Amino acid sequence: MLAKETTNLTFFLPDTSNSEGAIFFDSGISAGFPSPADDFKEERLSLDKELVKNKEATFFARVSGQSMIDAGLDDNDLLVIDRSLEPENDKIAVCFLDGEFTVKRLKVEKDGLWLLPANRNYKPIKISPENEFVIWGIVTNVIKKL
Amino acid sequence: MYALVDCNNFYASCERVFNPNLQGQPVAILSNNDGCVISRSDEAKTLGLPMGAPIFKWEAFCKQNNIRVFSSNYPLYGDMSSRVMSILKQFTPDVEVYSIDEAFLQFKGFQYYDFNDYGTQMRRRILKWTGIPTCVGIAPTKALSKVANKIARKFPNETNGVYVINSEAKRIKALKWLKIEDVWGIGRRLAKRLKAKGCNTAFDFTQLPNDWVRNNFSVTELKLKNDLEGIPSIQLDEVTNKRAIATTRSFEYTFSDIDNIKERVSTFATSCAEKLRKQQSSCYMILVTLSSDRHKKEAEQHRTSKTIHLAYPTDSTLIISSQAVKAAINMFKPGIKYKRAGVIVMGLVPNNNYQLHLFEHENPKHKPLMLAIDKLNKKYKDYKIKLGNQDLERTWKMRQERLSLKYTTNINQIITVKC
Repeated sequence: MLAKETTNLTFFLPDTSNSEGAIFFDSGISAGFPSPADDFKEERLSLDKELVKNKEATFFARVSGQSMIDAGLDDNDLLVIDRSLEPENDKIAVCFLDGEFTVKRLKVEKDGLWLLPANRNYKPIKISPENEFVIWGIVTNVIKKL
Repeated sequence: MYALVDCNNFYASCERVFNPNLQGQPVAILSNNDGCVISRSDEAKTLGLPMGAPIFKWEAFCKQNNIRVFSSNYPLYGDMSSRVMSILKQFTPDVEVYSIDEAFLQFKGFQYYDFNDYGTQMRRRILKWTGIPTCVGIAPTKALSKVANKIARKFPNETNGVYVINSEAKRIKALKWLKIEDVWGIGRRLAKRLKAKGCNTAFDFTQLPNDWVRNNFSVTELKLKNDLEGIPSIQLDEVTNKRAIATTRSFEYTFSDIDNIKERVSTFATSCAEKLRKQQSSCYMILVTLSSDRHKKEAEQHRTSKTIHLAYPTDSTLIISSQAVKAAINMFKPGIKYKRAGVIVMGLVPNNNYQLHLFEHENPKHKPLMLAIDKLNKKYKDYKIKLGNQDLERTWKMRQERLSLKYTTNINQIITVKC
C-alpha cells in the first residue's frame, strides 16, 4: 500500500462518552474449541434493577426509631420507597402525619384507617379527619448494614 | 397536537415534596449566592413579595409574613426535573425539554385520543410519582399550547390543571383573553410597539396583515402569528439552544484590586464556555461587564461593559477566558469598589455548522483538551481542573445559608422517617 508522506497525522477515536458499551465476546472467531460457558453468559446481577422497579418514582429514606422492629425495620435502616404504588391494606407506607414523616403498616378497617406499629410497646394510631395526613409512598425494600 | 407541561412554582414545589409542612405556606427561593428572590409560591406572590426582590431589603417583610426562605438547591431541582421529564417521555416520544420546569410534547398519530383525559393522566402520574403539581395546555400548535397552559394555570378550579384548545371558538376566546405582553416570545419592547398600534391582545395580533408583521418585525414574529392562527409554524426544538449564555454574579465582598476581578471574570468565562460546549455551540462575541455596588450611593459608581468580536467562533475556555480577562483589565478603574461582574457569550452558532475564517483559526489542540477537561470535571466533580488564573480553593463560594438537603442525590441527606 502506498502511503503519502504528510506532516499531519489525524487520529480518529471512538466517542465513548455517551455509550454504555457492548459486551465483548472474546472467544468468537477463534478456530479452536469455544468456551462451553459462553452459551450461558448472562447479564450481571444488579441490585439497582432488583430494588428500584420504577426509577422516576423511587426515593430513599432513613429509619429512626423502634416501632417497626418486628417487621424488620431497625433504627438507621435504609428504606426504598416507591411512590407509584397504590396504598393497600397491609402494606408498609411512609406517611406524613401531623408534621412528621413516619413509617407504619396500613390497616383498613370498617371504622377507618389505622397505622399499625410492629412492636408491642407501641400503640396503633387511628387516623381521624383532624389529623394532617398524607400517604407519601409505599416501602418496597429495607436495606440494613450489618 | 402539542402540549406544554409546566411545573407549578417548581422550586417551591420541590422543597414541599420533602418538607410537606410547607404545603399551603408562603415559600421563596433565593438566587445563587442568596442574593434575590428567584421563585415564589402562590402564597408568597399573594403576600406581595416581588420577583427579583433583593433579600436584604425584604428580610423583615419575610419574617413578618412568615415566608419560608430557601437557598436554591440545584442538585435537588435538577433531579426532580429529570424525573418529571422522563415520565413525560412515557406519553409521547417527542419531548422537548424547554427549561428545568417546562416541556413541549408533540403528539403525532394521536388523533383519536381524548386529550383532556390524556393530559389529566400525565398530570396525575407526575403528581403521584414525584409530588410535583403541573399544568397542561394542549392545542394544535406550540404557541397555542402555551396559551392553553396559561388558561389551565389561571383557572385551576374550572380546568383542573388541564386545558385543551380544540375548536375555533375556544381558540378565539383564548386569544381575546390573552394580553399581548403575555404572548410567548413577545418581549416588553415589542409589546410596547404593538400596543402603540392598538394591538392589545393576542387576537389583535393575529388580525395584522402578514406582510406588515414581516416587514415591521421579523420572520420569527410571522411564524408566531401563524402558530397563533392554528397553523403549525414553530417546530419542536426550534428554540432549544440559547442565543446567549450569561454568567453574572455579585461578589460576596467588594473588590478594588485587579487580581480578584481577573479571577472572578475568568471563572465566569469558564462557566460560559462549559455551557457552550454542553449545548454544542460556539460563540462569536464575548461581553464582559463590571459594576460597583449601586446600593451604596455614597461611593463612586462605575458601570461598564465591553464586547469582544472574535475572528472565528470558539467554545474554548482558554480563548474565552483570556479574552474576557483582557477586557476586564482594560475596563478596570482603580479606586472603584466593584461588586458585580458578568460574562455573556453571544453570536452563538452550532458547532457542526459554522463559517470558518480564511486566515485565522483556532488551535486544533483546544477541542480535545476541552473534551478532556469536561470529562475529568464531570468524573471527579467540584471542578478539579481549572485555569491557572482561577482561585484553586474557591469554586463559587456560594453563600447558601438556607440550603435544604440534597434529598435525592446524597445518601447522607435523605429524609428521615420516625418509627
